Amino acid sequence: MDKVYEYGWWLPPDVSVHGHRIDLIINWLHWFMLALFVGWGVFMVYTLIRFRARPGVAADYKGVQTHASSYIEGVVALIEVIFLVGLSIPVWADVKANPPSPSEADVVLRVVGEQFAWNIHYPGADGKFSKTDAALVSQSNPLGLVGGDPDGADDIVTLNQLHFPVGKKVLLNLSSKDVIHSFWLPTMRVKQDAIPGMTVPLWFEAKDTGQFEIACAQLCGLGHYRMKGYFSIDTPDEFAKWLDEQKASAATEDDYY
Amino acid sequence: MSAGGGLYLGLRISFQTRRWGTESMSDGHHHEELPFWRKYIFSVDHKVIGIQYAVTSLVFLFFGFCLMMLMRWQLAYPGQPIPFIGGLFSDATAPGGVMLPEYYNQLGAMHGTIMVFLGVVPLSVGGFGNYIMPLQIGAPDMAFPKLNMASYWVYLIGGTIMVLSFFIPEGGAAQSGWTSYPPLSVVAQEGQTWWLLGMLFLIFSSLLGSVNFITTIMHLRAPGMTMMRLPFFVWAQFVTSFLLLLAFPPLQAAATLQFMDRVFATSFFLPTGLVVGGAPAAISGGGNPLLWQHLFWFLAHPEVYVLILPAFGIITEIIANNTRKPLWGYKSMVYAICFLGFMSFVVWAHHMFMTGMGNFMSMFFQTTTMIISIPSVILLTALLISLWGGAIRFTVPMLFALAFLPMFGIGGLTGLPLGLASPDIHLHDTYYVIGHFHYVVAPGTLFALFAGIYYWFPKAVGRHTNVWLGRIHFYGSFVCANLVFMPMFFQGMAGTSRRLYDQTFYTHGAAVQDLTILSSFGAWGLGFFQLFFIVNFFVSMFAGKKVESDNPWDATTLEWATPTPPPHGNFLAPPKCYRGPYEYSVPGMSADFQPQGEV
Repeated sequence: MDKVYEYGWWLPPDVSVHGHRIDLIINWLHWFMLALFVGWGVFMVYTLIRFRARPGVAADYKGVQTHASSYIEGVVALIEVIFLVGLSIPVWADVKANPPSPSEADVVLRVVGEQFAWNIHYPGADGKFSKTDAALVSQSNPLGLVGGDPDGADDIVTLNQLHFPVGKKVLLNLSSKDVIHSFWLPTMRVKQDAIPGMTVPLWFEAKDTGQFEIACAQLCGLGHYRMKGYFSIDTPDEFAKWLDEQKASAATEDDYY
Repeated sequence: MSAGGGLYLGLRISFQTRRWGTESMSDGHHHEELPFWRKYIFSVDHKVIGIQYAVTSLVFLFFGFCLMMLMRWQLAYPGQPIPFIGGLFSDATAPGGVMLPEYYNQLGAMHGTIMVFLGVVPLSVGGFGNYIMPLQIGAPDMAFPKLNMASYWVYLIGGTIMVLSFFIPEGGAAQSGWTSYPPLSVVAQEGQTWWLLGMLFLIFSSLLGSVNFITTIMHLRAPGMTMMRLPFFVWAQFVTSFLLLLAFPPLQAAATLQFMDRVFATSFFLPTGLVVGGAPAAISGGGNPLLWQHLFWFLAHPEVYVLILPAFGIITEIIANNTRKPLWGYKSMVYAICFLGFMSFVVWAHHMFMTGMGNFMSMFFQTTTMIISIPSVILLTALLISLWGGAIRFTVPMLFALAFLPMFGIGGLTGLPLGLASPDIHLHDTYYVIGHFHYVVAPGTLFALFAGIYYWFPKAVGRHTNVWLGRIHFYGSFVCANLVFMPMFFQGMAGTSRRLYDQTFYTHGAAVQDLTILSSFGAWGLGFFQLFFIVNFFVSMFAGKKVESDNPWDATTLEWATPTPPPHGNFLAPPKCYRGPYEYSVPGMSADFQPQGEV
């Protein structure tokens, strides 16, 4: 039985291993912002009431004489430095900047965006992806796989259906066929632009199973709003079973190539 | 002497002559000889051009706002026919009143383009800058009056092209967002070519204007008007002009390249192996889509400061005048705004964190982004502290100016989680971004622009605006603007992508649909309260209470030392400047203000 996840007015559920570090920065930043805003707001409202124009009372030519504001600005700057150096930069280094090598990852796959769907490409048991050629792309061969390539014999291609196992390191190479899309897994705190002509690695690990949605975050044409995919975080056994099922159905489709 | 020095001297002499030279601009005979079309249509008078800019840009702002009110219907009630006016739409836009996704994308792209390039910038720079800046520095006109006229007409051509593109039979207006990212924009329909053409005209217009502004501020200041005696509004226009001058040329180049990609089959932004619509695209390839983003944001981030700095300038004038005391920290504000202008050139890639950025690049752009927040905090703090010790008059312009402070504050603060790359992973390209920059530009800059209109209206027209209509306009707009934009932070936090025709398509989007509806009603309410402004504007122009003094607000800066409205040539006698811009409530003086131009 899959868990039921609730969606509301703040951050969506998080089933990734790294997501809590991003959520922590977001939540702490908002407390900091709220404190600053309320502080400024109270000062402003008090000042407006106290120094409203009254007959016989002139304005003070000199105004505030202290340098308290400089200290406050210093503290604000210091807190920003802590967020920057202590939180944001290290998290980025772990989450976005240093991809694992394919041998370090448990699951390696490709995702290729197109107007308006996500092509998911698994290498199969041999761990090798088929060669591709843009000139071969057609309705029945959306990724332009080169027929007869032995590396591609056991490849699996699905449309809008991404599966990966829980607790395993996933390495995903992202690109696009046509325009720029953005691969967005809200509940995994994963977002990356899919840019034609470039392949960008992203990696993640789930801490929980469940069924979720893939969204597109970059305007990609009139169907941008419906470029929705689905992803399922399975137990390793379920994942292996799902791969076998896909292999069986792919075998019957091989005649097309 | 070097060639540059010689050129400088030559310019200097010619400006001296123009300043108060043999052919005096204040002799009063000048304008009597001019026929109507030279005086009011093809005028070279900076004030007429300023008003032309202001009125044109207000019309564009209203038009762009209407596009948004249409979009808000589709967002709140996806797939339902637009009420009342639904029948007016063609089958290519909204058959049976139900908006098509491609039409939604047109409205989105054109709302952004019109508001930024045809509305806010022309109003704050072309309108206010043109009208007020020469008056405040004590100049008879701009340094290059004909260039000034040209910049307005080039702007109007650009704007006309943009609006006409809605009527293109094949696909209508541009629909790739105001950012026009290729390859989407290159494979898009005809409207995008018109968009690029329109942009080329608008950029050209801005370049003409910025050269003129810089020259005027450098050379046409009245005697005694040193740089540190300039009203802060002039400083804001000065820095803004440098941003326009230095940031727009890269976009002009980029727009030309994209135009060539579309029309002459080049591939500057198209990579090899592109497959569009299921078949390999017939292109040579070898280009890079990210090149556009770098060139675009190299303009568009400074552009954000082009949107906000003139607003700060207007607010500063009004706060000093209505607190009846000098500005707190004028010098630190001047240094802050110069630093802000400089830093705005090195933060652009924080718009591109999700394109696949390594450690060093993200570290650099996060750091510069945090650094640029400091001068913004200094500006905001100085204005807040300026209130302390004042004798605050709550006039209509002051109400808008005061509201600007917390509204810009929200806009600025919500930039923090976007400017730090890690939290940006969740918030990038969501409604959070929309909320963030609209707080900066709508209840921020636009409130400042309304403040400026109410403040300088008596000088430009010679009549007062109606105070009660102004107050209704203010309180209504203040409440509604927050209703529009505050829910967006929660939508974005929930993960809703921006630019979605129907966000209920996603589970996390459907969960915040109530907020979308609230936001839409806020937008329509905001539209309703603008009617009070429109009525006030036109009725006051012809029937408002006449001003009894040339200086109805008891202000200090030089624009109030002119006759009302100022004639061609501005001042009756060459003005001189004797002191800083905000000498209010000087101890020992009987009046609570000491004008810059009086001994």
